[in-house]
Amino acid sequence: MLNRYPLWKYLLIVFVLTVGLIYSLPNLFPADPAVQISSARSETPISAQQREQIQSALSEAGIAIRATEVSDNAVLIRLEESDDQLVARELIATMLDDDYVVAINLAESTPAWLQSLAASPMTLGLDLRGGVHFLLEVDMDAAVEQRLEVNASAMRELLRGERIRYRSTDIDGQTITLTFLNAEDRNAARSRISRDFPDFEYSTRDAGRGASLVMTMSDQAVRELQDYAVNQNLTTLRNRVDELGVAEPMVQRQGPDQIVVELPGVQDTASAKRVVGATANLEFRLEARPDTPDVETEPFSFRNDESRTADLMRDVIITGDSVSNASRSFDENGRPQVNINLDGTGGTLMNRATRTNIGRNMAVLFIEHNTRTTTVIEDGEEIEIREPYVERGLISLATIQSALGNSFRITGLDSPTEAADLALLLRSGSLAAPIYFVQERTIGPSLGQENIDRGIMSVTVGLLLVVLFMLVRYKVFGLFANIALTINVILLIAAMSILGATLTMPGIAGIVLTVGMAIDANVLIFERIREEVRAGLSIQQALHAGYERAFTSILDANLTTLLVASVLFSIGSGPVKGFAITLSLGIMISMFTALVITRAMINLTHGGRPVKKLWI
Amino acid sequence: MRQFNFMGQRRLAYFISGVMLLISIGSLAVQQLNLGLDFTGGTLVEVRYDETPSLDGVRQSLENAGFRDVSVQTFGTSTEVLIRLQQAFDPEVGAEVVSLLRVEGAGVDLVRAEFVGAQVGEQLRDQSGLGLLLAFGMVMIYIAFRFQYKFAIGALLSQFHDMLIVLGVLSLFQLEFDLTVLAALLAVIGYSLNDTIVIYDRIRETIRKSRVEDMPTIINDAINQTLSRTLTTSISTLVVLVALLILGGDMLQNFSIALIVGVVVGTFSSVYVASALLLMLKLERKDLIPMRKDDAEAEGVDELP
Repeated sequence: MLNRYPLWKYLLIVFVLTVGLIYSLPNLFPADPAVQISSARSETPISAQQREQIQSALSEAGIAIRATEVSDNAVLIRLEESDDQLVARELIATMLDDDYVVAINLAESTPAWLQSLAASPMTLGLDLRGGVHFLLEVDMDAAVEQRLEVNASAMRELLRGERIRYRSTDIDGQTITLTFLNAEDRNAARSRISRDFPDFEYSTRDAGRGASLVMTMSDQAVRELQDYAVNQNLTTLRNRVDELGVAEPMVQRQGPDQIVVELPGVQDTASAKRVVGATANLEFRLEARPDTPDVETEPFSFRNDESRTADLMRDVIITGDSVSNASRSFDENGRPQVNINLDGTGGTLMNRATRTNIGRNMAVLFIEHNTRTTTVIEDGEEIEIREPYVERGLISLATIQSALGNSFRITGLDSPTEAADLALLLRSGSLAAPIYFVQERTIGPSLGQENIDRGIMSVTVGLLLVVLFMLVRYKVFGLFANIALTINVILLIAAMSILGATLTMPGIAGIVLTVGMAIDANVLIFERIREEVRAGLSIQQALHAGYERAFTSILDANLTTLLVASVLFSIGSGPVKGFAITLSLGIMISMFTALVITRAMINLTHGGRPVKKLWI
Repeated sequence: MRQFNFMGQRRLAYFISGVMLLISIGSLAVQQLNLGLDFTGGTLVEVRYDETPSLDGVRQSLENAGFRDVSVQTFGTSTEVLIRLQQAFDPEVGAEVVSLLRVEGAGVDLVRAEFVGAQVGEQLRDQSGLGLLLAFGMVMIYIAFRFQYKFAIGALLSQFHDMLIVLGVLSLFQLEFDLTVLAALLAVIGYSLNDTIVIYDRIRETIRKSRVEDMPTIINDAINQTLSRTLTTSISTLVVLVALLILGGDMLQNFSIALIVGVVVGTFSSVYVASALLLMLKLERKDLIPMRKDDAEAEGVDELP
């Protein structure tokens, strides 16, 4: 029969609506200001005794605590006033040592039953709510040193290929020194190396028994490298804090060697800090054979067992930079592992190295740049001294069973969190140079209150005008369209909340614009129904034909736009990617509401009944 | 219903389009786009007040002094303020800002002034340009497959037409081009493409149904039949945009202007660029006849949800 829906379609609509309501609901509960204490290394929280000390210290300072929550690896103290956040954080930080990270946070106040369904509200953007501001400094010396290490490794490879024997390599400041047995070898090496490495200034030195080739990176090259390092770090940080492009962070360069990262919402700055500041990278190397000369090997110990060591080759097969994709998963025994896909060059290198070395051991080396902050008193003033250090530890040493290709997995990680973090870091690329935190501050909204109020008002007025316009133009059918629009907005908010999108002022305008455009599908259908009625079809037939004939137009138009959005998503980055996501969601949801939901309402009210006149 | 002879006026429309395109290209070539803080970077100034200042007041006095694209935020405490300006960094800016703020009698000290880089990297710019080209390529293939290649050319050219004119208007009036406006530009593409396809769909349907051989008449009929829908959708979208423009404040101003221009031009171009180009490309009934089979298939999947 015409214009009747089977029961399952109504059930589907009810189901989608319920899910949409549940996941958009948390947006009605604003977050509490809070301070979070988490441990920087292990996963053990502070003791109950420390917690009580902190609580009493806070009350003494006149800071009202709303609630204290203890979770697996963190303690969250909810405060009544957001003005107290900064004071409370500083107070707690003085009471705890370096092993704990004390950070300002916004704690969700979503009811537990919603949280248990993993429903959480959208974060308000930097323009509406503000967030946290990190100032990071790029370690330029380390950038130069890393580059020199890579170059030195390549030079050694080159010399071995040319069968020129060398005794040792040293790196100091901007200089690589290669020492040879005699001047003859040195001169041969110089003419060969200088062809491939034009960025260096070459000089020679004869001391004691050997002859040295001294290569100093030119100042020009150092400047270029530093510029490159900062820009590369900017790109990497952008990818890290905003993989999908919907998080609306601000990442920009400040001054010659600093980077500002501002994150909206400050959900768990501790983990944000861990991810932003992490300079972890991986190196894949072969284990040395017993007969390998000492100059070519380096000893390392295991990360989870300091006493276990292994001698590795100095030469690196590939580093984490060759990783094109990485994800966390679990092996057969439920232990965390990271699945790794390599890019073309990385895959070739890995294959070449493993093919000829089946039966040998290959090591995965975890490298992390860290800083230790110590406070010393000098001339009566407290001075913070940052001392960078590098941690290198083996995470696995496994026998090569067969030649490896583009994808493989690594095991030996301590916890699922570590596996997830490592996967994210490998995906987003490693930092070209280590960075450390110089400053962490909360930051207020970048839009003035007046602008926010005006923006919200304009959006509300715009929305009401569309609703009114539809009512005037299509009467009862306009009402159907308006109900569908409301559902459209709810579903869109639910979808964006699930994705963890951040809501900014332009984002709100975008949602309303989507609504203005989303009614197009209904307009197409209603106009077609009017046409069919004018053409003399019966009312039931006109309704049916209206939907059917408009469907091709709607499908073609929306599929084309969806095509644009999906290409922008796969190629674009940052905000363009985020826009593509919102656009595609808007299109798919509006097709559902315009085609299925209005049809359901029309079928319920008109289907199978003797309708004399259409209020359209 | 009254029938308008759209195609009869197409020479006039070509002329209007041509003039708009010339002005746009000229303006883009001579004075380029006025890129905002997001793209250019600028100067960051941190100041410390003795007492909590009014942020709107700070913003106002900086804007009155001729600084552009000013963002003012509290920084850590309510008395420290972070100011971002779209102003090439020089060592004097910090002192200049502070002396300006002191005029109002407040106790202000400069904490630091530094250059800040663009918020979007070259990566975004290059990738987005490439992405857009690829997206257009895919759309052309899709339209060529669902309709015919002449439709694909028409749709593509009308997209370029719309984008150029929106960019031209932004350049002509030196409206600031920031990330929000970029989003508006992408939305214009979505809107205009949608509008074009709806009219194309009707042209295809009319060609298949009617016995008339005269292409201008067929296209006129199709446009007239969809006119009511075209106007309704344009008006409802424009209503939202005008509300955003009038009431929305600075933040949404350029966003809504770009979209208003885009919606108007997009609607115009669906008729006079996309459809009129079909005439120029000598679209014939037989171009769509081999698609009969496809038509039958399409009817088959037209099962409504």
